Amino acid sequence: MIGRILPPLFSGTLFGAGLALGGMTNPARVRGFLDLFGDWDPTLAFVMGGAVIVMAIAWRFVPRMAHPLFAEKFALPTRTDLTPKLIGGSALFGMGWGIAGLCPGPGIAALVIQPSSAAIFVISMLAGMGIIRLVEGNS
Amino acid sequence: MMLPGFPDAAPLEGLGGGILIGLAAALMLLGAGRIAGVSGITARAVGISDGGISRDGAWAFLIGLPLGALITAALSGGLEAQFASPPFLIIAGLIVGIGTRMGSGCTSGHGVCGVSRLSQRSLVATVTFMVTGIATVAIMNVLGLEVL
Repeated sequence: MIGRILPPLFSGTLFGAGLALGGMTNPARVRGFLDLFGDWDPTLAFVMGGAVIVMAIAWRFVPRMAHPLFAEKFALPTRTDLTPKLIGGSALFGMGWGIAGLCPGPGIAALVIQPSSAAIFVISMLAGMGIIRLVEGNS
Repeated sequence: MMLPGFPDAAPLEGLGGGILIGLAAALMLLGAGRIAGVSGITARAVGISDGGISRDGAWAFLIGLPLGALITAALSGGLEAQFASPPFLIIAGLIVGIGTRMGSGCTSGHGVCGVSRLSQRSLVATVTFMVTGIATVAIMNVLGLEVL
């Protein structure tokens, strides 16, 4: 039980702290990064760069372990196929990201920074996820 | 620290935040053997998807996100945030929800965990959502749509 809860809780907390420190809970900063042809703000390139470098190091070593610290085995994505659904979905996600400057993690983390605005975004996002579930059935 | 030519940028905070996010994703891999992908974990928590991390684990991760943001806000003496108006938030939220489920991930799962693993699917997804995100902001600027 503790082993099932604590790693995700610590991971989520560290994740939320990093999102806030990096400015991702401020949609104005995120849109500033996406405004490449206007008044560009490169801050998010540092966020993504820092995160990718640390995680690339983790990928080098962690999967060599016999099993994760608190689970019996690794459960990692194995698909390699490039599908229209992957590309179309990602294209849509990018449009939504650009419109309001929010993606799922910062939207949820911002529930304590600007609760009403973040809640409107998060509830709408859950509705969008629910629509796909209804269209596709169980997945 | 200032970045020459970009007076509004906060490169040190950005890098520090990114390192924390990377450590968070590494901790998820090390502790639970899983990807720290927020859209998938969210869908799992509310019962929209069935597989993956345990449901209580998914909630634990999600509760951590605002908790961590609160810690940063407390340590830094408050956070600046400027949000779009409700109509834009609703449209954006719906599209983000639909897109992340169709595309199997978002900025965290594809952009951080997948790109750092050199996953072909995640590299394609990340380039795609970066391009459409940049294009969306550019088009909205041309149309004079003030969001924030």
